[in-house]
Amino acid sequence: MNHTVLVIAVTALVTMFLRFVPFLLFGGKRETPAYISYLGRLLPYAVMAMLVVYCLRNISFLSAPFGVPELISCAVVALLHVWKRSSILSILGGTACYMLLVQLVF
Amino acid sequence: MKKDVLKKAFVATVPVLSGYLVIGLSFGVVLQSRGYGALWSAAMSAFIYAGSMQFVAVELMSSAASLFTVALTTLMVNMRHVFYGLSMIDRYKNTGKAKPYLIFALTDETYSLVCNPPELPREEEKSFYILVSALDHVYWILGSFLGSLLGSVLPFSTEGIDFALTALFVSVFVEQWLSAKDHVPALMGLGASVLCLLIFGADNFLIPAMVLILLGLTLYRGREEARA
Repeated sequence: MNHTVLVIAVTALVTMFLRFVPFLLFGGKRETPAYISYLGRLLPYAVMAMLVVYCLRNISFLSAPFGVPELISCAVVALLHVWKRSSILSILGGTACYMLLVQLVF
Repeated sequence: MKKDVLKKAFVATVPVLSGYLVIGLSFGVVLQSRGYGALWSAAMSAFIYAGSMQFVAVELMSSAASLFTVALTTLMVNMRHVFYGLSMIDRYKNTGKAKPYLIFALTDETYSLVCNPPELPREEEKSFYILVSALDHVYWILGSFLGSLLGSVLPFSTEGIDFALTALFVSVFVEQWLSAKDHVPALMGLGASVLCLLIFGADNFLIPAMVLILLGLTLYRGREEARA
């Protein structure tokens, strides 16, 4: 039981440390360094692409169903979003599409 | 705090609600199957609050791993969180007493909502950040708690519902694409991630991808500023 508590504590502390580090280094009362502000401005665009790839990282394109349900559903999200620009609609539509595909088709 | 902000925050978090409840549920079920009750899963979700790492922590708990291994594993799996902080320093600048909590609660999903907030009056942005962070946190704790209690007795098949989180990231990506003039950073992120995934594989690609993105953006700095 003791080991369990320690594992949880260490995991929590290291995670918290990673989340606080940028603020501790650059987030004081001083002006944020220009390079960090620059990164802060552009990183979200790059990171969101990274997160999408991260979510899809375990798809196997070499064995059935070759990631087809994921790719179709991502396309549905993107198309719905370009069409209506409502995140709720895009996300619900894409998720419903994915659930139908994995439960009924593949 | 105006009702309008609460409504906007809630609407923004609906996708996270569905995703967190389902992934939280499955986390609770996994923990239950290893002999840990509902309070353990609620505590882990409240204090660690990092989805994929919690699943890894369960493995570490049952394998008697050394605390050094635990720390190192957490460092590797959660390194990406440094990026979120880097891009929220300016946005979270004037959030006062709420700031430590906002930083603690900066998960992938919360980040995707607060780095791309809806149109709000300036003085209400802070309320939006706080509400989104707290709502997501509650969904996550609730989901894992219920998962431990209910075990695997769900009345209908929810297979695939966790795609909501992937869909959330895709929709934010598209939204950013549509509203940005400069697509180089987005393409850089996509290119670096796919390249590193191909080279390093699913379990090891994140850190090299982050290094490559940092490098790319740093080299791009002069040009971007010349364009802007």
